[in-house]
Amino acid sequence: MSFLRTVWLIVRKDFLIEARSREVLYTTLFFAVSCVLVFAFGFVREGRPLEDAASGILWIAIAFSGTLALGRAFERERQSETLRALLIAPIDRPALYVGKLVGVLLLLFVVELIIVPLVALMFQAPLFDHALLMMGLLVAGTIGFAAVGTLFAAMLVRARSRDVLLPVLLYPITIPVIIAGVRGTAALLEGDPNIAVARMWLSMLFFFDVVFVTLALWTFEPVMTE
Amino acid sequence: MKRNHILRDPRALMTAIAMIVMLVISVGPASAQQPQPDQDGYVAVTDLDLAQEQLPAAPLVMAAYAIAWLAVFGYLWSIWQRLTRVERELAEVSRRIQPETRR
Amino acid sequence: MDTRKLFILPLVAIAAMFAYAPYAIHAAPYESTMGLVQKIFYFHVPAAMAMFLSAFVCGIASAVFLFGRKEKADRLALSAAELTVLFGLIVLISGPLWARKAWGVWWQWDARLTSTLILWLVFQAYLLLRRYGGPGSDRLAAGVAIFGAANVPFVYWSVNVWRTLHPPTNVVRTLEPEMMWPFMWSAIAYLGLYGLMLAARYRLENRRAELEEIYLAAED
Repeated sequence: MSFLRTVWLIVRKDFLIEARSREVLYTTLFFAVSCVLVFAFGFVREGRPLEDAASGILWIAIAFSGTLALGRAFERERQSETLRALLIAPIDRPALYVGKLVGVLLLLFVVELIIVPLVALMFQAPLFDHALLMMGLLVAGTIGFAAVGTLFAAMLVRARSRDVLLPVLLYPITIPVIIAGVRGTAALLEGDPNIAVARMWLSMLFFFDVVFVTLALWTFEPVMTE
Repeated sequence: MKRNHILRDPRALMTAIAMIVMLVISVGPASAQQPQPDQDGYVAVTDLDLAQEQLPAAPLVMAAYAIAWLAVFGYLWSIWQRLTRVERELAEVSRRIQPETRR
Repeated sequence: MDTRKLFILPLVAIAAMFAYAPYAIHAAPYESTMGLVQKIFYFHVPAAMAMFLSAFVCGIASAVFLFGRKEKADRLALSAAELTVLFGLIVLISGPLWARKAWGVWWQWDARLTSTLILWLVFQAYLLLRRYGGPGSDRLAAGVAIFGAANVPFVYWSVNVWRTLHPPTNVVRTLEPEMMWPFMWSAIAYLGLYGLMLAARYRLENRRAELEEIYLAAED
């Protein structure tokens, strides 16, 4: 079985399970929206949002809901013991990792499709003025976050107190990704958008993505082997 | 599935991409943005008046040194404690096991 | 018992170096703009060097453990992780004390400080995972350590790529001779101390493993 075919089968399996109950999608979406609302109550004073708050709120909402989605996605595999079945199956470990990563990414992109317009609306942020660059930042940042998140969530499936340990491990390592995302977005939201700075952060994110995905592909197999 | 073929194994492919990206970054814009050297070095003074003037800094320096020493020696002491405890337990356990195995 | 004797000679040498370091630093000239407080430099930078070295040792040992399946490498990684946190603590406490005088603030959210703090948090998380992760957490922690060590180059280059308040790393290369000498002295003392502490901590972990083995054998 070729690599891409294995990835496709795993993504399709996850999609079919999710399509039946839509549990992870709905709960994550609701969590992301309420996250943005909580920040709105915290940061909007006398009807005016704080300067520069929008980019931070957007990325924190993505990171928080991403953590929730990662935890839920692997909790389902754990409860039905299907992750063990997948690990026993004669498929390549990297294909399994990429399959789970693509599933998480698709979910997060749907979440972003909802919360980016929401943040733009509530914080009067011109997020669509440089739509292509903004999309690049979102895609690169989400890949970087999910690449580490998928690896850690998968390996924590067997660990004790995994619910607490996922954010404890994930946030310090993905802070560089969050910083690059927030700074890049903030550069685009300035009164006079700073395209060069946003491009610099985008290339930084790209660099992170390549390094983290490579490392994750290599470490997934030994970490998941008992 | 052939493992050694670079296009078949995604890990090898990704590693190659990472190498190329690192090469591009190390010779590309990152090195162009490096600040000019030389102008940032520290300059020594021999004027002791300046030292007198800066005296309020002394508690800060003392605190930094004290904390560094405390941390290092506190940690060494804790290793020592843990090591002696383990050694004592080891000696005790091997003493208890020895007669049993002889029997 | 033999290994303990081996510790004595380096311990004495490093203790002597450590004891002499304050005199060497005291004799070093004052810096022109920062004055006395710049002398924190002689402890701050060597501690940072030991911290980064330790992070690398932990990352490489974790990789050896993960891909080569050597139990000993895992014990070394755990020892190095603890020392990363210890030396990181020294860096993160002496840094703000220096900044308070030189910049007028305790903390500044620039790239260098932030990424050092992140590195410290990563290894703190590593220790938390080792402690509370339950069985099998050693392999998971090794994965975390590899990612943590991969962060180190980002930390090192960050100050040179982005303009920050923190002095750039080339300050060490351009030091004046009378400042260079005490700096080298304390750097060697710190790195020697680091090696010694790593050896001691590693020995503790090895003895613990021996004890564990004896208990397991006794249960059978």
